Amino acid sequence: MKNPLIIVGFAVSLALAGGVSYYASSQPDGLEKVAGDVGFLDSAKESAVKDSPLAEYGVAGVENERISGGLAGVIGVASTAAVSFAIFYGMRRFNKSKP
Amino acid sequence: MHIPDGFIDIPTSAAFAAISAVGVGACLKGATRSLDEKTAPLAGLTATFIFAVQMLNFPVAAGTSGHLLGGVLAAVLVGPYVATLAITVVLLLQALLFADGGLTAAGLNIFNLSLLGVWAGYAIFLVIKKIMPKNKSSISVAAGVAAFISVPAAALGFVLQYALGANATFSLSAVLTAMFSTHVLIGIGEAIITVLSVTAVMASRPDLVYGFRGAKSQLEIRKA
Repeated sequence: MKNPLIIVGFAVSLALAGGVSYYASSQPDGLEKVAGDVGFLDSAKESAVKDSPLAEYGVAGVENERISGGLAGVIGVASTAAVSFAIFYGMRRFNKSKP
Repeated sequence: MHIPDGFIDIPTSAAFAAISAVGVGACLKGATRSLDEKTAPLAGLTATFIFAVQMLNFPVAAGTSGHLLGGVLAAVLVGPYVATLAITVVLLLQALLFADGGLTAAGLNIFNLSLLGVWAGYAIFLVIKKIMPKNKSSISVAAGVAAFISVPAAALGFVLQYALGANATFSLSAVLTAMFSTHVLIGIGEAIITVLSVTAVMASRPDLVYGFRGAKSQLEIRKA
């Protein structure tokens, strides 16, 4: 982990998910817009985890939108990092072609 | 472009879950060869960065936004096998923790974004790389063009799923036209983010970039 690229990359990811995401567009995304325009949007069902404490990229119980969304972003970045590092570092051990 | 539950019926969703499981399984096998002490951290960073950037919806047209899919970005940085795994991790966490993308729809989303977006995009990247001069900036250009095309390609995956098993009965041609035209616009944003990110990594650690190592080894073969 002496690679500065990795450290800078994580810092950027944290800043984007934890801070910049507040300024993201809240308009429906491409699929959602198409579903609304064509007419099949109401065939969507709520996710089984819609009551997740992090549902819709907010932390349940945190009123301030900026803090709630930012915290959800930081938790998401940390979770993705933890899971993906565990998988990729774990798989590295099975690499038989390495010297 | 995360499909919620309910758009596509359960049999079709189950079929795509099976296809995705086979595809991701194959990538688990293929990815081992490209993961070592040097590339494993970049693979983890790629998944993490894509999660973060997917939170940043950008406006594309009146009342519409889009966000990075990341298939080509990941494939160029860490190779298509690892890219499929990275995007799958992101999609599963989004569905499980953030209720973004349905749970029964997970196989549909993994098919479109982790498999179609990554592999169709990477194939286009390879073709463009081949016809460009063998230098660093060609990698960024090829990645950008491939990223641009990968978004409507992934959108067509949804159109296929809609054709096979939509719960609604609206005409397929309306869905096709709207999905394609909207996602061509989103593809521009995808291309910009992909070019910026690939260029940044190429500037600092070109030795780690999977899509560039291929170009180098070709040169080495000619020399020998």
